[in-house]
Amino acid sequence: MRDEVIRRARGAVAALVLAGLVVAPWVVDDYTTAILARTLALALVGVSVALLTGVAGMPTLGQTAPYAAGAYACVVVGGRISDVGVVQLAVAAGAGAVLAALTVPLVVHARGVIVLMITLAIGELVVTILGRWRSVTGGTDGLAGMPAVRPFWGLPALASDQARYMYTLAVVATLVGAVLLLLRTRAGLLLRAGRDDEARLRASGHRVALHVSGAHIAAGAIAGGAGSLLVVAQQYISPADFGFDTSALLLLGVVIGGTASIGGALVGAALVIAVRDWLFGVLPGHAPLVLGALFVATVYLLPTGVNQARVRLRPSSAAPGHPQSPPARDHAAVPELRA
Amino acid sequence: MMAVAAGTNRIDPYLIPALDGVAYGLLVFVAASGLVFCFGVANILNLAHGTLYAIGGYTAAALLDGGWASLALALAVGVLAAAAAGVLLAGLLAPVATGNHLTQALLTFGVALAGGSLLVAGFGPDDPRVQVPAALEGSVVVAGHRYAAYRLVFIVVAAVIAAALYLVMRRTRAGMLVRAAVDDAEMVACLGVSPARIRAGVLAAAGALAGAAGVLGAPIIGPGTDTADTVLLLSLVVVVLGGLGSMAGTLLAALAIGEIQTLGVALLPSAAPFLLFAAMAAVLAVRARGLASRWRAT
Repeated sequence: MRDEVIRRARGAVAALVLAGLVVAPWVVDDYTTAILARTLALALVGVSVALLTGVAGMPTLGQTAPYAAGAYACVVVGGRISDVGVVQLAVAAGAGAVLAALTVPLVVHARGVIVLMITLAIGELVVTILGRWRSVTGGTDGLAGMPAVRPFWGLPALASDQARYMYTLAVVATLVGAVLLLLRTRAGLLLRAGRDDEARLRASGHRVALHVSGAHIAAGAIAGGAGSLLVVAQQYISPADFGFDTSALLLLGVVIGGTASIGGALVGAALVIAVRDWLFGVLPGHAPLVLGALFVATVYLLPTGVNQARVRLRPSSAAPGHPQSPPARDHAAVPELRA
Repeated sequence: MMAVAAGTNRIDPYLIPALDGVAYGLLVFVAASGLVFCFGVANILNLAHGTLYAIGGYTAAALLDGGWASLALALAVGVLAAAAAGVLLAGLLAPVATGNHLTQALLTFGVALAGGSLLVAGFGPDDPRVQVPAALEGSVVVAGHRYAAYRLVFIVVAAVIAAALYLVMRRTRAGMLVRAAVDDAEMVACLGVSPARIRAGVLAAAGALAGAAGVLGAPIIGPGTDTADTVLLLSLVVVVLGGLGSMAGTLLAALAIGEIQTLGVALLPSAAPFLLFAAMAAVLAVRARGLASRWRAT
């Protein structure tokens, strides 16, 4: 009975938020609309972070890598091959998935903090490559001047901030819906089971590495798709969009939203990105200082605060110890959700 | 003369980059060893580690005036400041549950953001120029090539630091405690050594190492807005490549990175940006589970 009430309330809130997002461009000015579209794209990357961190138990600081791959692939396709949004989205998602697949061998056997470290290194290296590979990426100057996108064959090109925003919103809503549905299937259950008790899942004959790889590639595809939305929303990209600070902000957003909840991740990521953009506007020059202080404050407030599911990468009894045995993903390293 | 030049042509152009690679690699080793300690001993993923290096770098830029005394002063101030920052970090981390890496990562990243911002506010947004001691400003002749004297001396000093680190870990009580803490922290706590003190000590030592690297390495990886990120990334790659294995593994990984960054650029300029990533991928593919192996402190 109580669960039913909570579920209905949650559905009502989601519907209200969606309705608010749909009418938003007619309430606020064009500049804010453009910012909102960009925030939506970033929130979608947040969803992919939540998928890996909360659902699969692999905390990541490197989702900006497939995000960047998707964005740059989209620009190349948009400038030379097709101005159809769906094509660009598919290519971007494919690019993100390919990059994620390439990095699977690096992360699939690692757990916990090692994943944080490896994904961070991957993300940084991708940004380094973007900055140096001038012939394709335009180097640190970035890329601009892509022709306007038409969402589908035969539809008019997206000419206004409102149109671009609505396109972004439609894609984000569709993809998030797909993720939510997917997580309710057997695949989603197995993923969660692997996070909670890997040894047991393996003992019952499941191939955990396969689930983790699948989740990694799927999260890469989502982040890649978000990259194409960034191109649409911002109409300009540079390596600065994919820096380490973006990764860390998204992770913070996802942790605030409750790592295991996709809806929470969306809200948390959007909130954190919005705070950053607002701070950069009102406090030119001092934003990183305030942002850093906010990070620290949030971390202190978290255990008793907003998030209902705090991911603990390791039970505290195993504290400063280390993975004691060579088997990958040993018991102690499996994240544990605490209510 | 012509004959000599022709005869040594194949190796000659790469001698200087290779030597540079040794200097770069040793610098990365001294900087990264702090992160390895932090992670291996205190079980902390310190994303502010690059900022500790930057503190040393900015100190060098502010204090060095071409004399030996200023170098000694900069070294003392840089090491103390970075060690103090490490202790501050330990204090900030104290209320956070041990073993919660996600929270640690976010907290230390927040500190890195704020610290980087304070450094830029204090020293200005432009990358400062670092003045090495006048006696080392010139170049010396190495196998028929001119080579910056400072770098040659740096190689010697960094090698001494590495050797000292090894001896401290092997021969002193502090080193033994650190190694014991890696193997079994609870047992060390039973011996009456407070884990909190070990943690503060390790973060201070890591800060001191990073600060020393920052001061001495300022002419190689100079202070600037990108410094903290660069050093953090390089240190993380060292941790990954070294497989959290041994001190020797860390040293080898750092030297490999140094050579990739300098010799790699000279040999394969177009592929250079990818080489580091390729090397990391290759190592991880060969020993995918290497990272899960136990960390040994010597």
